Parts: sequence; C-alpha cells; structure tokens
Amino acid sequence: MSARDSGAPAGRTVYRIRWLPGTDRLHASCFCGAEREFEDPVVLWDWLLGHPEGHLPRPPEAHDSPAPAAALV
Amino acid sequence: MIVTEFARNQWYVAAYGHEVGRQQLGRTILNEPILLYRTEDGRAVAMADRCVHRRFPLSESPSHLVGDRVVCGYHGFTYGPDGVCVAVPAQQRIPRTARLRSYPVVEQDSFVWVWIGDREPGDTLPPRAPWLTSPDYTTVCGMEPLNARYGLLVDNLLDLSHETYLHGGYIGTPEVAETPITTEVDEDAGIVYVSRHMDDAACPPFYAESTGIKGRITRWQDIEYRPPCLYLLHSRVAPVGSPPPAPDGTDEHAFHVEVVYAITPSTENSTYDFWAVARDFALDDEKVSDFLRDSNRTVVLQDVTALNTLEQVIAAQPDRYQELSVNIDTGGLAARRLLARMAAQGDSVPSQAAAR
Repeated sequence: MSARDSGAPAGRTVYRIRWLPGTDRLHASCFCGAEREFEDPVVLWDWLLGHPEGHLPRPPEAHDSPAPAAALV
Repeated sequence: MIVTEFARNQWYVAAYGHEVGRQQLGRTILNEPILLYRTEDGRAVAMADRCVHRRFPLSESPSHLVGDRVVCGYHGFTYGPDGVCVAVPAQQRIPRTARLRSYPVVEQDSFVWVWIGDREPGDTLPPRAPWLTSPDYTTVCGMEPLNARYGLLVDNLLDLSHETYLHGGYIGTPEVAETPITTEVDEDAGIVYVSRHMDDAACPPFYAESTGIKGRITRWQDIEYRPPCLYLLHSRVAPVGSPPPAPDGTDEHAFHVEVVYAITPSTENSTYDFWAVARDFALDDEKVSDFLRDSNRTVVLQDVTALNTLEQVIAAQPDRYQELSVNIDTGGLAARRLLARMAAQGDSVPSQAAAR
C-alpha cells in the first residue's frame, strides 16, 4: 500500500496537510486549490475551515518563487 | 478541546461476535444499557437491558434465556427477541407499553455492531475491517475497558508519536516521533488519514520477533479513522532496501499488519477499547499469535493506564482547561472537529458508500 493509496481519492472535498521535511512548517492545501504554510495546526485548521475566506488559488508562477514576498522588500 | 459529546445515529461496536452467545451479555453504549444474545438459529439481537416492570437488568442472573426469549430474573416478565413482552406473571393482559427498545444489529468482520440513534439506519452500514475474518490473515484481538472519555482514546490513536515514549520496548522507536506526518481529511466521506513513512528505522520488538527481521526497516504507518467508532492502522514493515509495492498493489517483500480499534463510548468517562491485530505472515504460527496478542494487550494497557490518569486530571479541572497543540496533533484536531460536527448534527456519514 502506498501513501497515495491510503489517502483520500482525488476529486473529493479533501483537505491535505503536509509537514515540510526538515522544518517545523505545515503546508495546507484546500480542496479549492488554495495553499498556505503555517506553524500552528490550530491556526491552519481555522484557515482551511474558513473556506472560501482568504482562499485565493495560488497562481501557477508562484509555485517556483525562490523566496517569500516578505524577503524581497 | 477533547470531544465529550456523543455522536448519535451511528453504528458502534458492541461486542465481538464470539462474545455474544446463548448467555446474556450486557454492555452500556452511549449511556444506554443494552442486552445482547443469540437466538437459537444464531442471530445476534440487541435490546434494552432493563425490564419495563422494575428495571431489573435482563443481562444479570437470575434473568435467563428460554429458547429465543429472555425471562426477567426478578418477577418473570418475558420478552421475545424483538423486545416485545410476551408474558407477564399471574395475568393474561400484557400492557401495550410492555416493550423493550430493540436495536438494529449488523454482524460483520467479527464485530457485532449496534445502531444507536433516534431514527433507523436506512441504507447506512457500518464501515468495514475485512482483514479480521479474511483467510489471508490471522487475527488476535481483545477488549480493555477504559475509565476515560472516548475523545482521549481518539487523540491517542491519531497521534502515534506517543509510541516512542509510552510504548518503548514494544512498538516505539525514536523514528516514530521524529518522522513528519501527512494528514488528509475527506470531508465527503468523513474520514481522517494520517500517514507516517519511515525510510530507515529501528525494528521494535513487536515486529522483530513476529517477522524475524534482524536489521533496520522501512516502516509505514497509514491511519484511516472513520469516526466515530472505527480506527484502522495499515502497518507495513520491510527490511531496508526491499522493493516498494508493485504498481498492481502486490507487495510480496513486506509484512503487513492491520491494527484495528473500535472506540465505543460507554459513559461520559468510560469507553470500550476493542483492539485487533491481523497479519499476513506466519499465519499458522501459534507462537507468533501468542506473542502479538500479549504484546498488543500490553501496549493497550499502557494506553489505558495513561488515559485513566489523564481522565482524572481533566475531570478535576475547570471546563476550559488549557492545552497546547503542535504539528503532531494535526490529525487529532481534524478528528475532534469531525466528531464535534457529528455530535452536533446527530448525522451519519455515508460510511459504506465511501468505502473504496
């Protein structure tokens, strides 16, 4: 059984949270396509369950962004 | 906060099939005393465990079965397997209200499930744990009473990092607590998945002695929690360097253990902790069965001791006690939310329709 096999099938109302390796950060993905990183699972769930508030789908070009916007200013 | 409310209109495991026979069995589920027994043709039945007359428990001696009927040991009120009173002592007339509440029963995968709710289950069936009766697996099982609210056991099972600290020497190794998890929640089906895949881990005695693996292992823990009652841990262990599962799903180089828990609330601060361990190796080896049964029961009792203590601590504190959740709790928080929603709605998840 693989990790994918054990999880929820695609096309459903699914929330996914991945603990980023080597960090203390959690990467959250909403079923709507919105994604965001958190350090606190309680705040993470508040955001996920707050859908659609603040759930702007991530633009494709942002996936390869080398640094968070805050570091560029 | 830990969920304390009960989710009604749901299926709950009341007993193993082998516990229900021609002697009455009493279980309290969601505060409802329930009598279980088998009719002469082998059908498991469930009804209220209180005589309508003076509330004497029908599961308690000298209450007894006569054929398919149960006779109250206090004054002799007699009930059929549908709960209807068929005899009242010393009179011909049977009051219209002389009827025990009966409960829908489904017997599957070695469990006797009862429906606790205010409406009928309709097409809703209990979730499956097919390994427990599969000829391709050998299963050991048990049940330990827990003097703690059921939410504490849900918390415990959704975060397996505690294995490292509470179950060292049995199933815990440092890698369990050190390895990040992934969490998924299927809102449509009401299922929480938590996965922890360890690429290179020490092999704990539980697996070393049962599988014969000498060195380090690849260890996968894939949790599938179908609230409120059924918890599945799909466990895969293989020597480091073994091939991964084939695309067709076959996985002949690994050992598989399906660890199944049924979490059945009894009262606000007591829970039935049903546990089963099904393996796809050493199927006929009694020594392996004995070892896994003893080891897993020890592990469960370690949890019971810890959670009984925790219950005392929490019960002594004000309603809004403080706690702190961190990354390892991501799945447990999801489970709490689903349970709270189910309790609030008294609604049922489409468990059978969602089965894959």
